[in-house]
Amino acid sequence: MNRLVLNKVVLVLSTLSAFIGIGFLFWILITLAYKGMAGLSFSLFTKDLVEGGIRNLLVGQFTMALMATAIAVPLGVMAGIYLREYGEESKMTSVIRNLSDVMTSAPSIVIGVFVFALLVEPFGTFNGWAGVVALAIMMVPIIIGTTDNMLALVPKELREAGIALGGSKKQVILQIVLKAAKVGVTTGILLSFARIIGETAPLLFTSANNQFFSMDLTDQFPSLTVSIYNLATYPDEASRQLAWSAAFVLTAIVLFINLVGRYVTRHKQ
Amino acid sequence: MTLRTILTATVAASVAFTAVNAADLKGRGASFPGPVYKAWTSEYFAATGHKVNYTPTGSGDGIKSIKKRMVDFAGSDKPLKADKLVKAKLYMFPSVIGSIVLSYNIEGVKDGELKLSRAAVDAIFTGKATHWDDALITKNNAGLKLPHEPITTVVRADKSGTTFNFTYFLNKINPDFKVSKKPTWKASKVIAGKSNSGVSANIQQIKNSIGYIEYSYKIKLGLPAAQIENKEGLFINPTVASFQDAAKYATWTADNDFYAVIGDPAGATSYPIVAATFILLPTEKTEMNKKVTAFIDWAYTHGDKAATELGYVPLPASTKDEIRKYWEAKKIK
Amino acid sequence: MGANLFRNLSFFSATLSFFLLVGIFAVLFTYAQQSMQEFGFDFLLTEEWEADEDDEGGIFGGYIPIIGTLLSTLIAMTIATPLAMGIAIFLTEIAHDKIVKPFSIAIELLAAIPSIIYGMWGLFYFAPIVQLTIGGNGVGLLTAGIVLAIMVIPYMAAITRDSMNTTPDVLKESAYAMGATKFEVIKDVVMPYSKGGIIGSIILSLGRALGETMAVAFLIGSIMSIPKSITDPTTSIPVLLANNFAEAQDLEISSMYYLALILFVVSFAIISVAKFYFLGRNK
Repeated sequence: MNRLVLNKVVLVLSTLSAFIGIGFLFWILITLAYKGMAGLSFSLFTKDLVEGGIRNLLVGQFTMALMATAIAVPLGVMAGIYLREYGEESKMTSVIRNLSDVMTSAPSIVIGVFVFALLVEPFGTFNGWAGVVALAIMMVPIIIGTTDNMLALVPKELREAGIALGGSKKQVILQIVLKAAKVGVTTGILLSFARIIGETAPLLFTSANNQFFSMDLTDQFPSLTVSIYNLATYPDEASRQLAWSAAFVLTAIVLFINLVGRYVTRHKQ
Repeated sequence: MTLRTILTATVAASVAFTAVNAADLKGRGASFPGPVYKAWTSEYFAATGHKVNYTPTGSGDGIKSIKKRMVDFAGSDKPLKADKLVKAKLYMFPSVIGSIVLSYNIEGVKDGELKLSRAAVDAIFTGKATHWDDALITKNNAGLKLPHEPITTVVRADKSGTTFNFTYFLNKINPDFKVSKKPTWKASKVIAGKSNSGVSANIQQIKNSIGYIEYSYKIKLGLPAAQIENKEGLFINPTVASFQDAAKYATWTADNDFYAVIGDPAGATSYPIVAATFILLPTEKTEMNKKVTAFIDWAYTHGDKAATELGYVPLPASTKDEIRKYWEAKKIK
Repeated sequence: MGANLFRNLSFFSATLSFFLLVGIFAVLFTYAQQSMQEFGFDFLLTEEWEADEDDEGGIFGGYIPIIGTLLSTLIAMTIATPLAMGIAIFLTEIAHDKIVKPFSIAIELLAAIPSIIYGMWGLFYFAPIVQLTIGGNGVGLLTAGIVLAIMVIPYMAAITRDSMNTTPDVLKESAYAMGATKFEVIKDVVMPYSKGGIIGSIILSLGRALGETMAVAFLIGSIMSIPKSITDPTTSIPVLLANNFAEAQDLEISSMYYLALILFVVSFAIISVAKFYFLGRNK
């Protein structure tokens, strides 16, 4: 084949791939909007699953994700600080950094199995705390990664200036470095929150689900995603419609948080 | 928004959580009685304000959950033998009777038109008949135009009491077929669905499929179901009347915690795949058990209408009284 | 809070990933013991998965879910790799600056959609198309593989794009100056330069695909049988766990822990290879 023709073919195929990718995005989003919006109503958000709404599921899912964030953020940010500010370039730092990177991709169902063994089996009941812990385990490595990366972007000179002004290392980290990386770190947290709020597999046998409104984390806890999984394979139209509406709301939330995250990164840095 | 505000907000939110109890009673298990339990729990809630949360996951899950004391009561379509009950420290009694229908999705074949002989049912689920126009099937369906299309059998992905009762029937036709909550299916094309819902959904979606589901799912979804040849050699449509006729052949006694599989009942008008579904209680939780029996007692008294409407058969009054006596004897009423 | 305490706390947090990793391995290994002692390595090649009537014993083998996991991942990678490469090439070498941004955002949003949504959409909208055009029942190995591919494409494309972007412009420009076509520049300059990153992105996506649960759970058919054709239903390790883990007990649940351990170790190994050898992040 003529090299110019070959060139054209490859370029056309590559462009085609990009449009196929975009095509799927729109196909999925349009389907979701079309099927999901049909069931949107005020009562969807004021009724619980037992009455055909998703109020308790939304509250439950957000509760677990927020609690997981409350656990994962301090741990993840501190770990990121250690890796970047204290770790030097030692062998151990590099190993820890790579391990937490690997943890980012650990199969979420396995984390569910692990938490089941730790927090469900011994207590004899599915419970919200188990769901919280499973989500937190998924979140920590992501936050470590983004914090580490964001702190790396802070110029060395800033740290040196801080030390020169007589600040202790801790003061420099907290008041100068972390402040400078604030936007990046916050965005990282936001994006990892968006990732875990849509998780299903780690919740299936940790929090399980609850059709009533509940704030009791020691018992089966309502989950939006687990409900979608159950409802979607129900044969009756009402359940499926509810699944589509719930899926639409979930995706809207996840994509909204993602877009906010991207907007913030673009405009504040 | 700073890190600190996110943190304080989440911590504050977590502190604000108080133990709001979701349900007074928690049950898991059989999906076979799922629809009737759902009706009973919402009527019970409306009448008394007591919340009963029943999750229809499957009998296997129910038995495990109650053995591990993860729930207050479990539902199971598979009765446990006396020694198993003693070992796991459980009480058992039936709640309602239901039936299993063979639902199908064949173009042009309407509800009740397909007649399946006992040999045909066996052939379909053991893979001896692979296409709808197999001689074993067409023999009893002279008036129907059955396509030369492969049969897809829809079975359960989870451990199920519905499967237990269905394989119990298969075993009566063909002793080689093992009774099991989750057997290895030998049919040529098999698809699995989770709980009765998942199987029903698969039948709806897959052309030329057939699967076993609880009757109320057929009614609710308007799925076509086959006439099945009973013990006397007659083809019987699944109807509440033919279930009631079959239910007469069940015998329950408190001596063995009402262990009985109706299975393949006698009687010319009996529908052949009828099964009772059971409640399991942990023997040591007397106070909790009283709440459960209060709920079931309410359902025995007020729930027959809802059950019948959904296509279940209420237990005979004499059996209900015997169960009430059983509760009294066990001091859980 | 003293300076030392702060340092120690941050050190403790940093080691957490390590302890989690060890903890997960230890817990899975411990709970899998019963099954490991009963079946040993034969577990990997045993096709049966059947519990006794009382659920206390039985024969459990991981062959079918292991094969199902491998085959669905293989299909996904075969489809995803060329498409992801195409997207990365489009974004780095072809597209005008003005289109790169919206396309990049769109591809990244595709990666952000929760996997359960892919599963649902796949079941109701994609499976019927597979059934119509290729055959089978709609759900099965092929459908699961294709949807899995759609899920990993954005992920793979993003990493490949990033590593292609590191190619110095000087190198590319000198090749163009010598009269090379765009394809030749990509093939002879960009690809060799970013080879490590590209291979890393493929392996990393492979690791992701192996452990994906929800999308596959909707689509693979969840039946314990060896697929005889590409459209046949089967099951995978994550799907078996999702559907049957909670209801299993004794030897059966131990066998599920065994499967979880296998999945964890294999994906850990694969992802580690990708991260340590190809995508070292030690800037």
